[in-house]
Amino acid sequence: MGYKLVEKKEIAPKIFDLIFEAPEIAQHAKAGQFVIVRVDEKGERIPLTIAQKFDRQIRLVVQVVGKSTEKLSKLSVGSEVEDIAGPLGNPSEIDEFGNVLVIGGGVGIAAILPIVKALYEAGNYTNVIIGARSKDFLILMDDISKYSHNLIVTTDDGSFGMKGLVTDAFRSLIKEGKEIKIAWAVGPVVMMENCSKVASEFGIPIWTSLNPVMIDGTGMCGGCRVEVNGVIKFACADGPEFDGRYVNWEDLKKRLVQYKEYEMKAKKFNNRG
Amino acid sequence: MKISPNKTPMKEQSPELRKQNFSEVALGYTPEEAIMEAQRCMQCKNAPCIKGCPVGIDIPSFILLIRKGKFDKALEKIQETNLLPAICGRVCPQEKQCEAFCTVGKIKGHEPVAIGRLERFVADWEAQKDNPKMPEIIERKNKKIAIVGSGPAGLTCASYLAKKGYRVVVFEALHEFGGVLTYGIPEFRLPKAIVKREIDMIKALGVELIKDVVVGNTITFEELRRDFDAIFIGTGAGVPKFLGIKGTNLIGIYSANEFLTRINLMKAYKFPEYDTPVLRGEKVVVVGAGNVAMDAARSALRIGAKEVTVIYRRTVKEMPARIEEYHHAVEEGVKFIWLSTPVEYLGDEEGKLRKVKCIRMKLTEPDESGRRRPVPIENSEFLLEADLVIEAIGQGPNKILLNSIPDLELNSRGYIKVDPETMQTSIPGVYAGGDIVTGAATVIEAMGAGKRAALAIDNFLRNDSQ
Ligand SMILES: Cc1cc2nc3c(=O)[nH]c(=O)nc-3n(C[C@H](O)[C@H](O)[C@H](O)COP(=O)(O)OP(=O)(O)OC[C@H]3O[C@@H](n4cnc5c(N)ncnc54)[C@H](O)[C@@H]3O)c2cc1C
Ligand SMILES: Cc1cc2nc3c(=O)[nH]c(=O)nc-3n(C[C@H](O)[C@H](O)[C@H](O)COP(=O)(O)OP(=O)(O)OC[C@H]3O[C@@H](n4cnc5c(N)ncnc54)[C@H](O)[C@@H]3O)c2cc1C
Ligand code: SF4
Ligand code: SF4
Ligand code: FES
Repeated sequence: MGYKLVEKKEIAPKIFDLIFEAPEIAQHAKAGQFVIVRVDEKGERIPLTIAQKFDRQIRLVVQVVGKSTEKLSKLSVGSEVEDIAGPLGNPSEIDEFGNVLVIGGGVGIAAILPIVKALYEAGNYTNVIIGARSKDFLILMDDISKYSHNLIVTTDDGSFGMKGLVTDAFRSLIKEGKEIKIAWAVGPVVMMENCSKVASEFGIPIWTSLNPVMIDGTGMCGGCRVEVNGVIKFACADGPEFDGRYVNWEDLKKRLVQYKEYEMKAKKFNNRG
Repeated sequence: MKISPNKTPMKEQSPELRKQNFSEVALGYTPEEAIMEAQRCMQCKNAPCIKGCPVGIDIPSFILLIRKGKFDKALEKIQETNLLPAICGRVCPQEKQCEAFCTVGKIKGHEPVAIGRLERFVADWEAQKDNPKMPEIIERKNKKIAIVGSGPAGLTCASYLAKKGYRVVVFEALHEFGGVLTYGIPEFRLPKAIVKREIDMIKALGVELIKDVVVGNTITFEELRRDFDAIFIGTGAGVPKFLGIKGTNLIGIYSANEFLTRINLMKAYKFPEYDTPVLRGEKVVVVGAGNVAMDAARSALRIGAKEVTVIYRRTVKEMPARIEEYHHAVEEGVKFIWLSTPVEYLGDEEGKLRKVKCIRMKLTEPDESGRRRPVPIENSEFLLEADLVIEAIGQGPNKILLNSIPDLELNSRGYIKVDPETMQTSIPGVYAGGDIVTGAATVIEAMGAGKRAALAIDNFLRNDSQ
C-alpha cells in the first residue's frame, strides 16, 4: 500500500518536518500517541510521535540520529514509506485542571504540540516552556504559541529567550507563585529526569513521555519495558506517558544505549552502500 | 502385506551444518519415499486418525491417493478441510494428534504412519508447479466479515468464509501476515516462503488482507460493527511473561517473543543488511522448556552463540516441548539443566548481564491436579555465566483490542469467553478463536477454532437475512 510523503522541510539542523498521507491514523490520533514507521522492506520499526493531525495526513518531526532516521530524512516528496502503524500508546489524560505546565525540549517540542493544543482547548491556562541548545534549534514556536497563555523560551547559549535550561524556567515559574496543578515534560531523557526532580520537590504530578527502544509497539515483545514505581511496564502499551517522579531513569538511560555498537555498524553499512 | 515397523525416514541437514544456517532442517520426502510411506497405511474403516485431527482431514483417503501417485488429487482432498497443509505438515504436534490415534502405531514395536510428513509432501509437491489449482467458489454473497488478526485462526476462518462466497477482510497489526507463523516459529522449522505461499492461496480466494491496522486504534471496534455483518477475533496470546526477578531490566535479557520477533519478523540474523539488530550472546541461557524455548535456543546457536543452556524447573519428563524438537536441540549441542530456575540476574556497571543466579528444585508429591509441583531446595544456589538470557515462560492475551471493548466477556485468565460449539462471544455476531480464547495452544487448534467459527458465522448470516 505505502504511505506517501507529501511535504518535507528541514526546520533546524538535522530536524525534519514530514507530512505523510495516512487517513485512518489521522482520523483516530489523539494527543500523546505515536506511530511506528518502517521506511522500506529491510527497515527497522521506529516509533515517532504524531506532532499534528490533519484530515487525511499526519505530521512527524524527526531528528536524524542514526540509520532509520537518516533514511527518512532522505526521502523525496512524493515517495512512499513501506509502513506506518498507529496511532499507538495511550492518549494523554486531558481534563480541565486549571493552571497547567507543558515543557518541551529539543525535538520533544514537536511532541508537546498536540498536548498543549488539547489542554488549551479543554479550557486550561497553559504555561509552556520550550528549550533548545540555541536559536537555530527552536522549532514549531509559532504553532505552540497559538495555544500558549504563557510561553517561555530558553536556550542554553542565550541566543534566544532566557539563557539557561528549561528546569531554570520551571523553577522561576514556581517562584513567581504560579500554582501548577499538573505538568508534562517531553524531550531528552536527562531533561525529563531533571524536570521530574523539580516536580517532585514541589509535589507536582508530571507526565513524561518515555522513549525506550521499541519493535512492535503493540505490547507483544516487552523490549520497551521500563520500571515505574518498582513495577515493570511496557512503554508502548501501558504508556508512553508515566509520572516521571516514579520512573527509574538510570535504568532507561542504560537500556537506551544497549544497541550502540550495532547502531554504529548499521550507519557505516548505510553510508557505504 | 507386512508393514515395516518404522516410518520412512526423512532427510535432514546434518547438525553440524544446520546449526550454522537458518535453512530448513527437515528436507521432505521424494515421491518414491512418499509412496513407500503411504503403503504403510492400513486404510482402517473407522479411521481413528481422523479423530485426532482438529480439522478432521480425511486422512486415509488422501494417503490412498498418494499411494496411487495422484498427488494433485491428494492435495485437493486435504484442501477440503485444510488450506494450510504445508504448514500443518511441518508444525503440528502429530505425535499427540492424528498420529497418536493411528492403528499402525498401536502395533507393538511400530511407529504410526507419518501423516504429517505425507501432508507436507503433497503440499510441497503441488507448490512446485506453476499454477497450483484453486478451489472454486460457487455462490457470491454480499455480506461482509471482518477478521482481526492474521494468525492461523484468522486465516482459516477467512478462507472458509471466502469459499462460501462472503466478502472477507483481514486486519493485521504487524507489517506481515501469519501471526506466530511469521514472527515466532523460526525459518529453519517453517520457511517464511511457505507461509507466504499459503497466504497467497488465501488471497487468491478473494480475501482482502490489510497490514498495519491495529484494530481498536487504527479503526475502532464500533466502526467494524458498523461496517461489517460479522466479526471474528483471532488476536492471539502474544504478551510475554517475565519471571520478574531482580535484574530483569538488565541489558541482555529478552523475552522469547522479542528475541524471535527480531530474528524472524525483522530478519536480524541478516543484520546489517537488514536494519534491526539483535544482541548476539556468547553464553546464552534459555529459561523454560516448551517449543518456544527450543526455538529460542536453536536460534541463538544459529546467530553465533558459543554455548546455549536451557534451564527448566521440572524434568525432561514434564518438558512441554515436542520430543522431536528436543532431540534436534540436543543434536545441535544445546545443553540442559533440569530441576533448576533463575532467582536473580547479576550485571555490571553498564547494566549488562554477566551472571545468572539459579537455585535447584525438587518435585513434590503430585497434587490434586496430578502435577508434581517444583519447590526450591534451600541453600542450593549456583551461578551460571551468561551474557544473554531468553525467558520463554509463557504468554498472556493480546489486550489492545480487548481493552477497547468493555462489554466483551472474558474468563478469569483474561481470555475471551465463547460458546465452544459456535465460538460466539458474549456479543452477538462477534466470534473469537485461537490462542485469544484458549491461551497459548497449537496452530491446528487455532485453525479448528477458525473453521468452527466460520461455519457458525455462515449460519448466523443465513438466518439473519431471512
Ligand atoms: C514513543 C516514542 C516516540 C518518539 N518520538 C520521536 C519523535 O517524534 N521524533 C524523533 O525524532 N524521535 C522520536 N523518538 C525516538 C526515535 O524513535 C529514535 O530516534 C529512532 O528510533 C532512532 O533510529 P535510528 O535508526 O535513526 O537510530 P539508531 O542509530 O538506531 O539509534 C540511535 C538511538 O535511538 C534510539 N533508538 C534506536 N532504535 C530505536 C527504536 N526501534 N525505538 C526507539 N528508540 C530507538 C536509541 O536510544 C539509540 O541509541 C521516539 C521514541 C519513542 C519510543
Ligand atoms: C515460538 C513459537 C513456536 C511455536 N511452535 C509451534 C509448533 O511447532 N506447533 C504448533 O502447533 N504450535 C506452535 N506454537 C503455537 C502456535 O503458533 C499458536 O498456538 C498459534 O499461532 C495461535 O494462532 P492464532 O491465530 O490464535 O494467533 P497468532 O498466531 O498469535 O496471531 C494473532 C495475530 O493477531 C494480530 N493482532 C493482535 N492484536 C491485533 C489487533 N488489535 N489488530 C490487528 N491484529 C492484531 C497479531 O499481530 C498476530 O499476527 C508456537 C508458538 C510460538 C510463539
Ligand atoms: S492437520 Fe495436523 S493433526 Fe491434522 S492430519 Fe495434518 S498433521 Fe495431523
Ligand atoms: S489410523 Fe493410521 S493406518 Fe489407519 S487409516 Fe489412519 S493413518 Fe492409516
Ligand atoms: S515495543 Fe514490543 S512490547 Fe512495547
